[in-house]
Amino acid sequence: MDERKFGAEITEVPEEIRLRLSGDLNGRADEALTSAYAQVAALGPRRVSLDFGRVGYINSTGIALVVRLLAQARRDGRAVRALGLSEHYREIFRITRLSDFMEIVEGEAA
Amino acid sequence: MTELTRPIRRLLGRNVPAAARVPTATAEPSVSAARVDPAGSAVGIDIAENDPLLAYLQGAPGPVDIARLELDSGALTALREAGVALVVPLVSQGELIGTLNLGPRLSEQEYSTDDRRLLTTLAAQAAPAIRVAQLVREQANEAAERERLEQEMRVATLIQQQFLPRQLPSLPHWQIAAYYGPARAVGGDFYDFIEMRDGRIGIAVGDVTDKGVPAALVMARTHSILRAEASRSDSPGEILARANALLEPEMPARMFVTCLFAILEPSTGRIVMANAGHNLPYIRTDDGVVELRATGMPLGLMPGIKYEETEGVIAPGSNVLLYSDGLVEAHDPGQEMFGFPRLREAMTIDDAGSELLDRLLEDLHTFTGADWEQEDDITLVTLRRASGVSDEVGDTPSLTTAFSIPGEEGNERLAMDRVAAAIADLGISPARLERLKTAVSEATMNAIEYGSQGRADVPVDVEVEATTASVVVRITDRALSGAVPDDAEAPDIELKLAGAQKPRGWGLFLIRNMVDSMDVTSDGATQTVTLTMAREEQTDG
Repeated sequence: MDERKFGAEITEVPEEIRLRLSGDLNGRADEALTSAYAQVAALGPRRVSLDFGRVGYINSTGIALVVRLLAQARRDGRAVRALGLSEHYREIFRITRLSDFMEIVEGEAA
Repeated sequence: MTELTRPIRRLLGRNVPAAARVPTATAEPSVSAARVDPAGSAVGIDIAENDPLLAYLQGAPGPVDIARLELDSGALTALREAGVALVVPLVSQGELIGTLNLGPRLSEQEYSTDDRRLLTTLAAQAAPAIRVAQLVREQANEAAERERLEQEMRVATLIQQQFLPRQLPSLPHWQIAAYYGPARAVGGDFYDFIEMRDGRIGIAVGDVTDKGVPAALVMARTHSILRAEASRSDSPGEILARANALLEPEMPARMFVTCLFAILEPSTGRIVMANAGHNLPYIRTDDGVVELRATGMPLGLMPGIKYEETEGVIAPGSNVLLYSDGLVEAHDPGQEMFGFPRLREAMTIDDAGSELLDRLLEDLHTFTGADWEQEDDITLVTLRRASGVSDEVGDTPSLTTAFSIPGEEGNERLAMDRVAAAIADLGISPARLERLKTAVSEATMNAIEYGSQGRADVPVDVEVEATTASVVVRITDRALSGAVPDDAEAPDIELKLAGAQKPRGWGLFLIRNMVDSMDVTSDGATQTVTLTMAREEQTDG
């Protein structure tokens, strides 16, 4: 399958801002994800939800981008949670221990 | 008065149904009429199908005075220019089959009422007779055309059969059978066995688009090229690429050739294959039926095509079937297609050689019903390796796929998807498949980054081997930056979040966690990462 272009769309729900991610989360997603988080940070929510429901592929560089975003959010005093991860990527978030630092919501993104 | 005939002609599209046709100038009514042109010869007037004169004449009750007619009609102008004064429609069974065209009377008087009545009676009597003459002529033409087509088909069949192997290779421990069934309108199917160096056998199965003599001639040419190229090269991909380069400049418009070329090493069962748009062969092993996948453009479509090679091992007791479209695209009376799933299912039964072919043809005939007219050529070639010929039966690879990708960022996804496709039929659980995909993707990313330095011209080779117990993926790069640096320190999420470790550095960690084992070997020029994963979950928790 061809690579799918990464996208990050911001929606606001009470108490949190949700980033609806789509496409392939790899090195090429860097700019889109960084800029989306910067916009989110400017709104100052208490929590950021990353919705992976439409992300089909995450590689180690994509994991590194999530780690960087998480580090930034923690510095900003902001909680991060992950929605819509497939079972496989939930396993990867577990073994990388990302799940120790962000809430992983199972099932369909709320 | 001299004789003058003016048969009607309509300009007809080639595919107009016969019933809608006004007969053409084949029938020549011979009627007394005033002389029109000094030479006394009849000149056919073409009336186009959309010419309003046609409808007018069809509905006219009797002779039509051309001079008084006001119609925007090309035929009318032509008739006037030819000196026609009166047109008498010849109508048989409500259908305009011609006209009787008369010039002015020699007496220079108008045609009288009596003249017109006489002409009307004459036309009414002549029209059916002319129609009969027309039908007889049409039938004679059709019979001649049929004879010509049948003759062409006989020539096509002759060419076709000239190039099919007269006998099949006789190989110890191998059972080989082939079937070629031409459709009535012979297509361009072919197959061939070519003796190559070191006892290897080249096997070609192909299909030329189009039918009849043109297809047979292209098939003959392809056959000769493949034989010539097989004597020069041991690589199926190279043989097809050369064949494409030779065929492409001379290929007639809208024609091309699908062709699968495989080289079999009978002593080991190793088979290397390249494919130019042909159906993928099925291999029946103890684990089920799998497709040996390789893709490539058909021959003759465009220049400069490269063909990837796939490698497999036909284990003792396994069967291979190569086949053309004619079987899978056959329809039953309800227009349902025989299709690949049905063929694949038929392949699950363990029989071989002509028994297998007979059964497949029986299945086909049961499916299509007795009144089926074969739509396309059917070619079937099967090879079975006898059981118990090797003492390596235990964990002999039953499937091997090898391919290369350009060493460019992003292509790890390509490698991942192709490995997944290669093992799709092995029944590995989705969770394990996902883990293997991630490991392949990560290992290929490293190979691209360090081995190829992101250069598209420096390839990364991927080899997939499935045994009864496990799947092994070998990823070999050209080691441009030396060995892939092993993680100096294990990635630690806490250190990373605290900024004490870079966010990156998860690749090898992920690979090790995804597969059962990862080994790295290097010979200086290349580095190979070998990933192994058991096909079934181990129960050690």
